[in-house]
Amino acid sequence: MTRYEPVIGLEVHAQLLTETKLFCGCSVAYGAEPNTQLCPTCLGLPGSVPRLNRRAVELAIRVGLALGCEIHRDTAFSRKHYFYPDLASNYQNSQFEPPVIGRGELCIEVDGVERRIGITRAHLEEDAAKNIHGAGGGLYTVVDYNRGGQPLLEIVSEPDLRSAEEAELYLRKLREILIFAGVNDGNLEEGSFRCDANVSIRPVGQEKFGTRVELKNINSFRFVRRAIEFEIARQEAVLASGGALVQETRTWNENVGQTISMREKESAQDYRYFESPELPRIEIDDEMIERARAQLPELPDAIRARFIEELGLTPYDAGVLTSHPGIARYFDAVASGMKADAKLGKRIANFIQSEVLRDTQIAGLDAKFPVTPEALIELLSMVEARTINLNLAKQVFHEMVASGKSAAAIVEEKGLGGGVDEAALEAEVLKVIEKNPSQVEQYRGGKAAVFGFFVGQVMRATRGQADPQLVQALLRKHLDG
Amino acid sequence: MSAPRDLIEALESLEAGTLTASELVDDALGRIEAHDGEIGALLALDAEGARERARTIDEKRKSGETLGRLAGIPFTLKDNFVTKGLPTTAASKMLEGYRAPFSATLAEKLEAEGAILLGKANLDEFAMGSSTERSAAHPTRNPWDRSRVPGGSSGGSAAAVAAGYGYFSVGSDTGGSLRQPAAFCGLNTLKPTVGVFSRYGLIQLAPSLDQPGPLTRSVRDLQLLTEVMRGHDPLDSWSSKRELAPARDIQGLRVGILKPALERVEHEPIRDAHDAVLETLRAHGAEIVEIEIPHANIALPTYHAIVAAECSSGMARYDGVRYGKRVSKDELFEMMEATRAQGFGEEVKRRILFGAYLLMEENVERFVQGARRARTLIRRDFDAAFERCDLFVTPTTATPAFELDNRGDDPLAMYLSDYFTLPASLAGMPAVSTPMGVDADGLPLGIQLVGAPFTEATLLRVAAAIEEKHGILDRLPALNGGIG
Ligand SMILES: [Zn+2]
Repeated sequence: MTRYEPVIGLEVHAQLLTETKLFCGCSVAYGAEPNTQLCPTCLGLPGSVPRLNRRAVELAIRVGLALGCEIHRDTAFSRKHYFYPDLASNYQNSQFEPPVIGRGELCIEVDGVERRIGITRAHLEEDAAKNIHGAGGGLYTVVDYNRGGQPLLEIVSEPDLRSAEEAELYLRKLREILIFAGVNDGNLEEGSFRCDANVSIRPVGQEKFGTRVELKNINSFRFVRRAIEFEIARQEAVLASGGALVQETRTWNENVGQTISMREKESAQDYRYFESPELPRIEIDDEMIERARAQLPELPDAIRARFIEELGLTPYDAGVLTSHPGIARYFDAVASGMKADAKLGKRIANFIQSEVLRDTQIAGLDAKFPVTPEALIELLSMVEARTINLNLAKQVFHEMVASGKSAAAIVEEKGLGGGVDEAALEAEVLKVIEKNPSQVEQYRGGKAAVFGFFVGQVMRATRGQADPQLVQALLRKHLDG
Repeated sequence: MSAPRDLIEALESLEAGTLTASELVDDALGRIEAHDGEIGALLALDAEGARERARTIDEKRKSGETLGRLAGIPFTLKDNFVTKGLPTTAASKMLEGYRAPFSATLAEKLEAEGAILLGKANLDEFAMGSSTERSAAHPTRNPWDRSRVPGGSSGGSAAAVAAGYGYFSVGSDTGGSLRQPAAFCGLNTLKPTVGVFSRYGLIQLAPSLDQPGPLTRSVRDLQLLTEVMRGHDPLDSWSSKRELAPARDIQGLRVGILKPALERVEHEPIRDAHDAVLETLRAHGAEIVEIEIPHANIALPTYHAIVAAECSSGMARYDGVRYGKRVSKDELFEMMEATRAQGFGEEVKRRILFGAYLLMEENVERFVQGARRARTLIRRDFDAAFERCDLFVTPTTATPAFELDNRGDDPLAMYLSDYFTLPASLAGMPAVSTPMGVDADGLPLGIQLVGAPFTEATLLRVAAAIEEKHGILDRLPALNGGIG
């Protein structure tokens, strides 16, 4: 039986994080009432004139730098024509040849092995409006032009991906880079990060590509994987039964768990591309590139490497603390504020993961932390100075979250400060041993579990302020000795 | 009231208090009522609004308030500039009853200076044509000779100014649409360097060529309006922040002429008038030099390919979905088809189809990219020419105004009437047209002055010198018993 190899290429439409649309001043905020973010330009009204939002070009350059792509210095917008009401002018301002961003690559790790996936190009274009079918009791299609004209960067990969898993890894990695680069919010549900996949299969060893199917509407990572897996299996089954594949567009239907044919590709549609006569060319000089380079934040791979090498994190912890750019920034702020080395870095990471992240709210690109990095630095500095111990620090932290007070104020208020010096602690230990002769007898008789009782007694006597490790050491010294 | 001869004189009378804005507006409205039934220069009229704005300005003037630079001057606007207050149709059924939600920057600017908009002027549908016979509403007749066309596509604007419906009009020029009507109607106009006048609110024909400009009775009116209308507009991507170069003295100016192009002119009075203008310029100390625009011979196909491609694309937005005409059908694409079939006139359809053909994947490189390359060659010819001369002159048109229905069946002949004006459009150079006398039939003739980018002031100064000797303001129908 013939064995097949899948060949997958992905096209990602990422909405660029500008304040306004690509060619006018209308807001791009998500969730507004339909047809309220409009002007003559994004409605294509007679007499309107598009004017390029330079911010979108800056963000595109940033993506080019992040993906190590060529940046084309002199490009233009082209009009892509097709009649449909989701385009206010019946053409879309997009880029044809050359695109603003050329070849580059993105590395993914598959089962511990690095794979380099080629980026073919990335180009700027305006989004189409949103058609809402079935309004008015199914009689009408209505159009919401709020989305029309929003800035998109279409990022096209080479057909280098060989499995649904690789496709998912590529998408996750690309999304992460775009989010950390500050150009996209990575929101698949709201459609600000959309993916189409081109899937074909070919006998293993064959050079020539098979018949390609374009998958649309795969708006979650789970769907991407399932849709591609389904599609590969479907194509194999067609070929196995002696059938032939047709070039077509299919859509993922989550309800039935299948890809469904939308339309067969007619004799390739002629979009009558031609350079926009009304938009000036996009000219990019060294200064723009250098400015974009200066604005490009550290990317997640580099951050993780630094967290592991310089701040003592395990790869797992580094992953958790780079799961969101806000969290990485938060950890970085605390670590650098405390001039952390590898050991301290690890302790800070533990505290953030066990305490801070539990109370952190993530919404899109925003992360709302329960306390500021400065407040956390103050608290953890007390632990480092042995003013309070870690257990107490956790209590103080929760008090900080609840009351909004500073660590110092809480420690002061509750009289927790100062800790317990070793001599005083030893006196307490001896006192506890003296007061509990029967437990001493049990312990010395081999009942090791009673040790915890002594620890608890000493901690209570010191109102939790003693260093538990020191308590244990002193107890052992006097009980075992 | 003794009617002022030009805009400047009208302003002087207003300032001197010998005339009121209301009198100027009433005079213009009287002429419109008396003559426009026949001339057909206007598509929309706002008599009440104009009277009211005139009264307001008169009151302000009486109470000593500071007024704009054009306070009290009635004018018209070609109907391819959108206006909030009046319908905007571009002389197409496609925009019947259309009310724009915004006004063109120039309309706002002029009204802010106190100019009083009387109404919207006729044009060839979507500015496609050069006789104003292709208006979906009605043709416009030339006030100099009503059996003749006023030129086009800004023919309604030119006829309005020539007939005294206000003191100026603002039109647009894509390949000669201001200059040719100016020549045919004995007026002055400027097609500026790209970016000097805002295009925001001008309904596009071919955005890489379209330029707005005023049509006036005198050169000094044109100078004033150039000053008032220019300036950066953040709403227009191509708007320039650059200042115009200061006007140079005619003494010592090198004025180019195009010998081979002149030979194409069969109308003898035009050649004679052109030569007479050269004499005048020599007398002012200018040096006449022969120049060449070697690629002028490919300007015509280049121009038509570019316009067709751009307009085919730009006209795609008129589909009945969002605004304008809609022919109801059960199915979306049927509706769009029927709307476009019934909404567009023949010339518009011809260009859309021609452009769509040029833009096909297999044609676009050869025809559209080819036309762009040709355009670059023409621009380089101009750059080379301006090494040898400071400006050059040609007749604006090869003939005076032709008769109505004369060329309706021969699109090629119609296209040829833009022969002298196309190259400057393709090269993006500023060009002025000013009258250079009349022929034996009393029809006005125009001369075109073409300069390097941003040399408008020099062109206007030379035009003033030509006007002094060859001007025909006194014969203008607006000042002449025939119409006034
Ligand atoms: Zn807008």
